[in-house]
Amino acid sequence: MSPPREGRVAARPDEPAPAGRSASADRPGGQGEPAIRLEGVTKSFDNRKVLDDISLDVSEGTCFCLLGRSGTGKSVTLKHIIGLMKPDRGRVFVHGKDVTELKRRELSDVRRSMGFLFQNAALFDSFTVGENVAFPLRRHTDWPEHKIRETAKAKLADVGLADDFNKMPADLSGGMKKRAGLARAMALDPDILLVDEPSAGLDPITGDEIDELLVALKKKGTTLVMVTHNIPSARHVADELAMLHEGKMIARGTAQELDRSDNALVRTFMRSEGAG
Amino acid sequence: MLERVGAPMLAALAGVGEVSLFGLRAIREAFRPPYEFREVVRHTFEIGWKSTPLIATAGFAIGAVLSMHTRASLERFGAEAMIPAGLAMALVRETGPLVTALLVSGRVGAGIGAELGAMKVTEQIDALEAVAVDSFKFLAVTRILACVLALPLLTTIADVCGIIGGYVAEAAISGMSWQLYFNRAFSLIEFRDFIPATLKTAVFGMIIGTVACYLGFTTTQGTEGVGRTSTRSVVMSSILIIVINVVLVRLIFFLFPVRS
Repeated sequence: MSPPREGRVAARPDEPAPAGRSASADRPGGQGEPAIRLEGVTKSFDNRKVLDDISLDVSEGTCFCLLGRSGTGKSVTLKHIIGLMKPDRGRVFVHGKDVTELKRRELSDVRRSMGFLFQNAALFDSFTVGENVAFPLRRHTDWPEHKIRETAKAKLADVGLADDFNKMPADLSGGMKKRAGLARAMALDPDILLVDEPSAGLDPITGDEIDELLVALKKKGTTLVMVTHNIPSARHVADELAMLHEGKMIARGTAQELDRSDNALVRTFMRSEGAG
Repeated sequence: MLERVGAPMLAALAGVGEVSLFGLRAIREAFRPPYEFREVVRHTFEIGWKSTPLIATAGFAIGAVLSMHTRASLERFGAEAMIPAGLAMALVRETGPLVTALLVSGRVGAGIGAELGAMKVTEQIDALEAVAVDSFKFLAVTRILACVLALPLLTTIADVCGIIGGYVAEAAISGMSWQLYFNRAFSLIEFRDFIPATLKTAVFGMIIGTVACYLGFTTTQGTEGVGRTSTRSVVMSSILIIVINVVLVRLIFFLFPVRS
């Protein structure tokens, strides 16, 4: 059972929808179509199969969590969804569009509706934290400067970094970088948010706050795909979980279903507390 | 034996081919919207303005040294009066452009290679793509264009500082007046000497920018790879500049023949 959470970070349900955010019925693909679908995705690096015939679908407004030991292809799966990697075989659909076939401009349109938190945050180190969060807004909205700054500050406040707008990424701790990366990923209020180990490197309280933020985003209709080793976090945030092992999906279902899995590795993994 | 010599040669040629394709893609993308004017201006300032002290100092020193060497040679023939003209001709036609390009390749090429290499290994380039920004256009095309724009300007600064350096050396040795030096220096120089030689540095700028960006974008193996990219960027662009300079000089002589 999840502990009670009283996070100081919170999404604001009354916040108006910004740049390009659309109601789910208006989204490409329409209602009923999964927000994300992978069909038989296979990817190898140096003759090592990292993903082997992976298929999954994620319904709109739900959270899908990818579990697995390090190096089992979880981050690679996220990169396929946003089109940073192309599968050797298989197809990846986002809102009904096959991102493996899209031209650059069409892919950019799809990416505008997505946010991506990288495993190491990947903040632009020549920009301040605030500029990092403001960057997607500058590129993809015609908002005046004061509105961009206000929105960037609000996003940073959501992740508990309200006072760090003018700091450089090098001046932040690992956990703070992670939160700044999450703020940047949320800047355009994306329909789909891909988060790679959101609570890694965070203290338990801040980790809980981030989990609450993700739950609040999900309630607002954001589709989440989360990679984590933190099982309590996965139980709290995710509607459906899948476990990857040696490139294959060895289990999929709700947390309770994975708890009762026939596979001993899955049961062991689900019993672990995880280290974030 | 043939295999031992041939394999590295083929690898080097393949590398040059890949850099050339990268450069051609940059040229094509430079003419396609959206245009990144602000980034081009920012990088031109970074590359141009911040290289100015180095280029001006080097140009001044080379002008002074060339003047002293030229005097030592021409004195034997009693042709000291030709020193300013000879110096100006050498600086404007060859020494200024080549030295500027090599210095910029050291300062800027290494910097761009290391910066983009670090961005690559820390996934910042992927992060740009993830926020729907064309990383090639935003990072590579803008820097290549900035190099192309900055090199001719920096070369002009090197030429001017070199001529001033030559004057200072000449004035110190022979007491020649500035007016006489200036008149003699520009007695043989025409715009047809200055324009092609200076514009060829735009090609050098293209080489420096393209090589550095290509190596930055293809960096692997963490911080060690970043260091290697930085070094390779300087070595590869310097070699290409020196080799392509031969072709460009031949081309300039063909298009603008020297009048007898």
